[in-house]
Amino acid sequence: MTEAHALKTRMATLFRRFPFLPALGMLLLLFVLNGIAEPNSMTVRALKGVASTYLALVFLSVGQTFVVYTGDIDLSVGAILSLVNVSIVVIMSQLGGEPYVVLLALLVGILIGALCGLVNGFVVSGLRMQAIVATFATSILLSGIALWVLPVAGLPAPSLFWKVYGGRSYGIPNVFFFAVVLIAILAVLAKTSMVTKLLAVGNGQLSAYQSGLSVTRIRIYGYVICGVFAALAAFCITGDTASGDPLVGGAMTLSSVAAVVLGGTALSGGIGSAFGSAIGAIIIGLISSLVFYAGIPSEWQNLAQGATILVVLMLGVLASRRINQ
Amino acid sequence: MTIMQPTNPQDSRSSIIVYFKNPLLVAFILIVLLLIAGETLSPGFASMEQILRLLIVAALLGIVAAGQNLVILGGREGIDLSVGGVVSLSAVLAGNVMDGNNANIIAAILVCLAAGGLVGLINGVGVTIFGIPPLVMTLGMLGVLQGLLVVIRQGIPSGLAAPALANFVSKPFLLNLPGILWLWIAVGLLMAFLLMRTSLGYKIYAIGSNENAAYMAGVPVKRVRVMLFALSSMFAALAGICILGYAGTSFANVGDSYMLSSIIAVVLGGTPLSGGKGGYTGTMAGAFLLILMQSILTTLSIGESGRQVVFGITLLFLLLFYGRSKALRG
Repeated sequence: MTEAHALKTRMATLFRRFPFLPALGMLLLLFVLNGIAEPNSMTVRALKGVASTYLALVFLSVGQTFVVYTGDIDLSVGAILSLVNVSIVVIMSQLGGEPYVVLLALLVGILIGALCGLVNGFVVSGLRMQAIVATFATSILLSGIALWVLPVAGLPAPSLFWKVYGGRSYGIPNVFFFAVVLIAILAVLAKTSMVTKLLAVGNGQLSAYQSGLSVTRIRIYGYVICGVFAALAAFCITGDTASGDPLVGGAMTLSSVAAVVLGGTALSGGIGSAFGSAIGAIIIGLISSLVFYAGIPSEWQNLAQGATILVVLMLGVLASRRINQ
Repeated sequence: MTIMQPTNPQDSRSSIIVYFKNPLLVAFILIVLLLIAGETLSPGFASMEQILRLLIVAALLGIVAAGQNLVILGGREGIDLSVGGVVSLSAVLAGNVMDGNNANIIAAILVCLAAGGLVGLINGVGVTIFGIPPLVMTLGMLGVLQGLLVVIRQGIPSGLAAPALANFVSKPFLLNLPGILWLWIAVGLLMAFLLMRTSLGYKIYAIGSNENAAYMAGVPVKRVRVMLFALSSMFAALAGICILGYAGTSFANVGDSYMLSSIIAVVLGGTPLSGGKGGYTGTMAGAFLLILMQSILTTLSIGESGRQVVFGITLLFLLLFYGRSKALRG
């Protein structure tokens, strides 16, 4: 009896330390199911396809996590992604596709992302508006700017850009290196006190304030980090689609929220992991490829995907609550 | 509505601030100002038939926002992201069932309300019994509804609105007002009665402001919350039928834009997302204000991008007046 209890406590501690464990289990299950449905889906080539399509969502969901840590939400991530996508494509096409121009465009892209995050942080944290409606308003504003930068979709990105994204180095697809870079960034961020501070604010703003944290500024940092990751996501989209599209990110905002929840992060803030959100985004990608490989008639695929995501979301929330009790 | 908003003792220092903190008053002042601005920018903007046309569009949004309003009032981060999906689903179902025939209108309304009620019931059960946060539950439901729409539309040509329904929405019905406006007025009266004069209304405010206290006082918290989600989806279904009448035929994802604009209408009407206070009269004004803003922007020749930029900035400016949280210090 006591041994079972001790085991339970140890499990609970483990899950609290790594909130993404249920998501990791789900991810492995989905890999197995995909492999059973279509053995070819586990080849490097097929996995590279999934990775290049969903790496943008992975970055976007990771960014969203830093906002959700504090209990806020950012409904403008898709608009930031679109704005950065069209901005860098326009810069590169205006100045030519030389390597230094591409680097300059990437730098400008990251600055735009950070600036958008700063604006969001200012209205939500500085002006104390409600995050859902305020970031929806900024998303309208940012989509408008994206449409002004590039009114119609289809301006091509220079070949250097998509060749690097879609290419291979030492026989390994480059997208996998980008995934490793993401993990490295997350590891570095985890070493800083920023994540702890964000989580502290999410646990209770008043207690965080009373223990001397500058809550307003920390929430703004969360939005700025989110904006930078949205810019990185835009680079992935640009590499994948090889063109600019002012509406490309619109549908990805809600998926990023779903991925964050799938990864074991609580929308109320105070608990979670960015690594889990990355897993959540891959889960969404694997569900759609499983639905495809399972031979479901095409008109039923969207429904099967939507229903599976709903069930997985519910299971994820139930699992994390069980653990935290 | 004012009795539901406890006055902050700090506010009594300056009576002007008290007035500015009444969202209903702010919304009405803004509506008048916008009408004047619109008339100046393009003469004829504030003419009677133009205002009627705007009111019809506002009524469609207002009916969706009625359900959204209820869910938000119920508190505990109550929000319904699936309303847009329900609107689209209902418009398609209604079009397929009535197929341009007046005789099928009743059947179509019953089918749509039943479908909406079912969606809301599932949302409510997910939120209360399984304890899924409303945002997550209704977000997942939105994905399911979008998939369901693909299945339903497959192979079947999209349906037609019955002539009587189209007339009800856009032609004068009674006292020169189209039927949809009477419907909106009826929804407004119903909501005011529900929230102010029934025990269910008091229970909604009770669970919205303090769920534990309401539970201790014997309010069946879960049952009330399930009812709120069911009502929200049914209002969205009702709006979907009217939108079919307005557009004549159902087209894909007609409801998408209602998801977030219904939330904005509720917030502009003075119901904070934290729930427990506010009411529907403000939401009606908020819905009209939102439609009015969009309409003024379409009269300006600044292109789609400029319109969106101005709209976003205006929304941010308006939100400065509404439901901002208190500063941590002080």
